[in-house]
Amino acid sequence: MSASDDTHQGEPTRRDFIHLFAGATAAVGAAGVAVPLVHQMNPDASVLALSTKDVDLSALEVGQAIKVFWQGKPVFIRRRTAEEIAQSEETPIGALKDKQARNANIAGKADAEDDNRVINPQYIVVVGVCTHLGCVPLGTAQGEVRGDFGGWFCPCHGSHYDNSGRIRKGPAPENLAVPPYQFTSDTAIRIG
Amino acid sequence: MSHASTYKPQTAIERWLDKRLPIVRFSDDFMNFPTPKNLNYWWTFGAILVVCLVIQIITGVVLAMHYTPHKDLAFDSIEHIMRDVNYGWLMRYVHANGAAMFFLAVYIHMFRGLYYGSYKEPRELNWILGVVIFLLMMATAFMGYVLPWGQMSFWAATVITNFFTAFPIIGEPIKTLLLGGPAVDNATLNRFFSLHYLLPFAIFGVVVLHIWAFHTSGNNNPTGVDVKDVKKDTVPFHPYYTVKDGFAIAVFMLLFAAFVFFNPNGMGHPDNYIPANPLVTPAHIVPEWYFLPFYAILRAITFDIGPVSSKLCGVLAMFGSIAVLFVLPWLDTSKVRSMRYRPVAQLWFVLFVVACLALGFFGGKPAEGWYVLGSQIATAYYFAFFLIILPLLGLFEKAKPQPKSIADSVLKKAPASSVGAIAQPAE
Repeated sequence: MSASDDTHQGEPTRRDFIHLFAGATAAVGAAGVAVPLVHQMNPDASVLALSTKDVDLSALEVGQAIKVFWQGKPVFIRRRTAEEIAQSEETPIGALKDKQARNANIAGKADAEDDNRVINPQYIVVVGVCTHLGCVPLGTAQGEVRGDFGGWFCPCHGSHYDNSGRIRKGPAPENLAVPPYQFTSDTAIRIG
Repeated sequence: MSHASTYKPQTAIERWLDKRLPIVRFSDDFMNFPTPKNLNYWWTFGAILVVCLVIQIITGVVLAMHYTPHKDLAFDSIEHIMRDVNYGWLMRYVHANGAAMFFLAVYIHMFRGLYYGSYKEPRELNWILGVVIFLLMMATAFMGYVLPWGQMSFWAATVITNFFTAFPIIGEPIKTLLLGGPAVDNATLNRFFSLHYLLPFAIFGVVVLHIWAFHTSGNNNPTGVDVKDVKKDTVPFHPYYTVKDGFAIAVFMLLFAAFVFFNPNGMGHPDNYIPANPLVTPAHIVPEWYFLPFYAILRAITFDIGPVSSKLCGVLAMFGSIAVLFVLPWLDTSKVRSMRYRPVAQLWFVLFVVACLALGFFGGKPAEGWYVLGSQIATAYYFAFFLIILPLLGLFEKAKPQPKSIADSVLKKAPASSVGAIAQPAE
């Protein structure tokens, strides 16, 4: 066998074939094993199943805010006063640190004006996770500090958000995210 | 092992064994390893670190027998360990304080390597393996801190995994992959427990490589001068350094025991005795003291650099502060190993230690007022030391003459000027 191989220099031998075949099988096998081994770490079916949340807003008074739990994260819902709405609407885009709406209900990019941050201007709904390093900002419960712009204030590294959940001061790079939600009635929403 | 084996099997059993599995020969060679005779007490921290690792593994295995890695049960199982398990309080306090003592020892060990040039040729790989161990230690300590599932555990996990979101596009999927969900939850706790149990054994493996490496190149020593004559310059590791290390370990244990028995929570945070609550962030999130310098570097970058956000810059600076250690052997251009003979480098080194301590101080303070400026100055110096000062010093510094050999330095003989001149430009 090997004697005849020597006469075919340059042409692939049976041994070359076995090398290539074994190497290729090992490579494909390694990739095939890596996918399930890595992907098992991603969110499992039971975590994904908890992806929507119904919230009844009928008990929420004007000026009041609540925190609900959605996908392991807090969501802030504030029923804003007329003053607060006017204040948020009048804020010029130029005064904003992050000029994008960050609203999951709007496809593509949009400016961060108040209209693009809400569905019904009375209710501002945002994910209560600071865009800096993930702390929960204060300002939802009564008596908590609401920061220099009257919205929320993150105590970890001092980010101030306004009443539309937009970053105004501090290290956070982005506005508080608006989660995907819809009104199922005038006073009820479904998040997710 | 680089030295010739001097082992001679004495008994029939040893001779039988020596032909099949020469484990006695290995141990004998290991204990007789020719070690420079001038090692000072800064060299005992290697042995102290081995003891720390063993203590962490033993107490950790014991704790895992009583701990429950579930978000509803973890916190209670820790209290169960503290109150119900026989000596559970001791095991947990030793394990928790042991982590801090481990870092104390590793920082001293690293500063020693830095001062005496232990990272220089031919010990570059030795140093790099050390940095790998340091990284593994940080990952292990962080995940271990999450396991009690207190407020600090939960929010430390949240803040640290959020570092990854600073990277555009790939950041968010990586974070989700690490957490196993949109936020820190039971899946996170489970995997952190699994990895926290695994990584110490990975550390053990790299420690073996780390020791193997300097058993090949030989130990560095306070003069930085190579061993020239094994007979004159070295002594066998045992009994000379087993005794010296043993004494240092005993002294170190005094400090360790003082914390465990008299101030077991002194280095912890009271907030971690509040069960984790995903809806409320503690007012002041601070990592354990041994991470404070890196936390300070993270927060020092408060400004955007070009199109790169301050958040990403901070994360890059923090990772960079460790990445720079990997290339240190090639950044330091000086041919003189030990800073004992580098009077100018000594000053910069002292400043570097001060900068590291200052970063630790600023990391524990809120990010406001002059603390921010202070941490920015210290961060700038940290990087300048490695990237500017060490490369330039090697070119311009006039080193003091080094002793001709280790034996000469021990006997305080006059230094040979020709050796010192290596690092100097021709006069």
